[in-house]
Amino acid sequence: MNKKQKNLLTRIIAAVLCLIPTIVLDGIIPTWYLKLGLYLIPYLIVGYDILRKAWHGIRNGQVFDENFLMTIATFGAIGVGVYDAVHGGKGDYLEAVAVMLLYQVGELFQSYAVGKSRRNISDLMDIRPDYANLWEDGQMVRVDPEEVETGSVIVIQPGEKVPLDGIVIEGSSSLNTAALTGESIPRDVSEGSEVLSGCINAGGVLKVRTTTEFDESTASKILDLVENAASRKSKSENFISRFARYYTPIVCYAALALAVLPPIVLALGGRQPMIAEWIYRACTFLVISCPCAVVISIPLSFFAGLGGASAQGILIKGSNFLEAMADVRTVVFDKTGTVTRGSFEVTSVHAGTNDEGGRGDEKSISGAGPAGTFSREQLLEYAALIEAHSSHPISQSLKRAYGKPVDLSRVTDISEISGQGVYGKVDGIPVAAGNDKLMRHLGMEGCSCKEAGTIVHVAVDSRYAGYIVIADELKPTAQEAMRELKKAGVMRTVMLTGDTQQAAQETAAQVGVDEVHAGLLPEDKVTWVEKLLSEIGGRGSLAFVGDGINDAPVLSRADIGIAMGALGSDAAIEAADVVLMDDDPKKIAKAIKISRKCIGIVRQNIVFALGIKLICLILGAVGLANMWIAILSDVGVMILAVLNAIRALFVKNL
Amino acid sequence: MKKTYKIDVDCAACAEKMQEAAKRTDGVKDAVVSFMTLKMKVEFEEGADVPAVMLEVRENCRKVEDECEVYI
Repeated sequence: MNKKQKNLLTRIIAAVLCLIPTIVLDGIIPTWYLKLGLYLIPYLIVGYDILRKAWHGIRNGQVFDENFLMTIATFGAIGVGVYDAVHGGKGDYLEAVAVMLLYQVGELFQSYAVGKSRRNISDLMDIRPDYANLWEDGQMVRVDPEEVETGSVIVIQPGEKVPLDGIVIEGSSSLNTAALTGESIPRDVSEGSEVLSGCINAGGVLKVRTTTEFDESTASKILDLVENAASRKSKSENFISRFARYYTPIVCYAALALAVLPPIVLALGGRQPMIAEWIYRACTFLVISCPCAVVISIPLSFFAGLGGASAQGILIKGSNFLEAMADVRTVVFDKTGTVTRGSFEVTSVHAGTNDEGGRGDEKSISGAGPAGTFSREQLLEYAALIEAHSSHPISQSLKRAYGKPVDLSRVTDISEISGQGVYGKVDGIPVAAGNDKLMRHLGMEGCSCKEAGTIVHVAVDSRYAGYIVIADELKPTAQEAMRELKKAGVMRTVMLTGDTQQAAQETAAQVGVDEVHAGLLPEDKVTWVEKLLSEIGGRGSLAFVGDGINDAPVLSRADIGIAMGALGSDAAIEAADVVLMDDDPKKIAKAIKISRKCIGIVRQNIVFALGIKLICLILGAVGLANMWIAILSDVGVMILAVLNAIRALFVKNL
Repeated sequence: MKKTYKIDVDCAACAEKMQEAAKRTDGVKDAVVSFMTLKMKVEFEEGADVPAVMLEVRENCRKVEDECEVYI
């Protein structure tokens, strides 16, 4: 509890202590004004700030607010008590005091609950580093991370948070990325690896050369994003603030009408006007009408939802996207980097001639197999060498599969035929690697194999030597992710890819995507998304999932652009509405479920709070609800709505 | 130009009032107050004198909600 809250609590307790003897002695207090005085003490102790704020509001032209409602209502109740007492009745002032007291109890609870969830959420996003250990002249100095300049060397000890992004220059360790991605899978780092701020060093001491300033570091950017998210308000939030703006004045005038009109009508009809009774009803009306429950619980629900999601490594850039996300019926995927890993790997190497009957030339291949065929390692070695000069992903994957350093001096006379492959000499022997067109070009027939992926045929010394299959691997959770999406109520999953029809079909069948459109250029993807959007025609929203590379136009065209595996990629964080910190496609379904839960809670609160209010307003107007029921329903609804809102934070097991 | 300021205020409705008050201030193009994060994001008009405008913003906020604070 902070100082203000403690202060309020003390006042509430003091008021209750004052009130108890007064209630006990109520029957034997001789005069009505002494009784009024005794009741006014706790009333003023607990409610003086409300009166002051109401007065302040009136003076500054801000008439219709909660303070004003409470002031008028309690004044009215006291006035009715005085009227009653003067006319020989008992005169009840307890109600007015109780209304003020319970209202303040509600305020205290609200302030405490909001403060608590504010802290909970910032704890969940506990990635803000408090200090950095700057390494200067062989000494470690503890400084504020904001003071560390780019290019400085910092030391990260075991258990410490990485304060700034950088490159490891000494030491190796494993980093816990849980605070960033929601998954506590350790990431091993050693000399030369990049480390991101916000991770926790779980292993040895690291020396890191920083590559960013604090404001530009991953941790700062993520925190910024999460904090800014709350300022992009959703339709429900805007509805509520508009609602509150009109609602309070309307209720005030309605209460005024309730106090004035029925007595006039009754008097004109020649009956007893019962002025006190109707003023009392109008006051009850005002107490019920406090909009606090809805006004506080809606933004709190969204805030808790956004906070809960970010703790799971799902950054949603605003409550409005949370709302759209809950309504997703169509999910469009980019294949590479989303369904598949986006890194090409050699999946198989088939050494062997196409059986032309020729024997291998002994002198050409050192250690060649007896039948003139090559071992798989040799085939790979030739392919890696001949492709060594290319930066194409395929040659990169060949190099990785080869695994040994490539000696470029062994390769000579390289020429490339665009769209076919390369040929040249390795150790003076002619070698060619490429697709079947290249093989035909060189007068050979490539094996017509049916494996999925890109096939690189290799010819050595003018003879067919075998082929290597390179494919983009499916993400291990891709299939499960599609099942989860269907379970989460997504009707249609579509995969768009620039790949060939055959490869795309195969991937689609493997993971279980409904539709696939292959052979697309990046701009075709925008066209497809637009086509799908018009097909949907506003029934549910469409999400596009990409890896944030080259798909910014599509990300912004879709109702919701989701970028995945975006940890450390500024472009993706910029372009997308929802950012998945790691590259697990299962998180898409999770994000939808989190949004659904949050929006569900928002709807429950709106319906529940407004429903109860409406019922009580009607009961109050016809005189069936007294002020006790009014204030208890008001505070009760608020407490329940706030507790319900906090539920949006618990999304771990969705 | 946009800048974010820390604020302190007690209730969601009051934050809403502060937002309206800030928006009305001369030199402010747009303002968004988030009660949950206790932040005020102000977009200034072209060529506005930011410190002076912010003093004015704080003044206007205090008028509608006397127990609020804007940390300039």
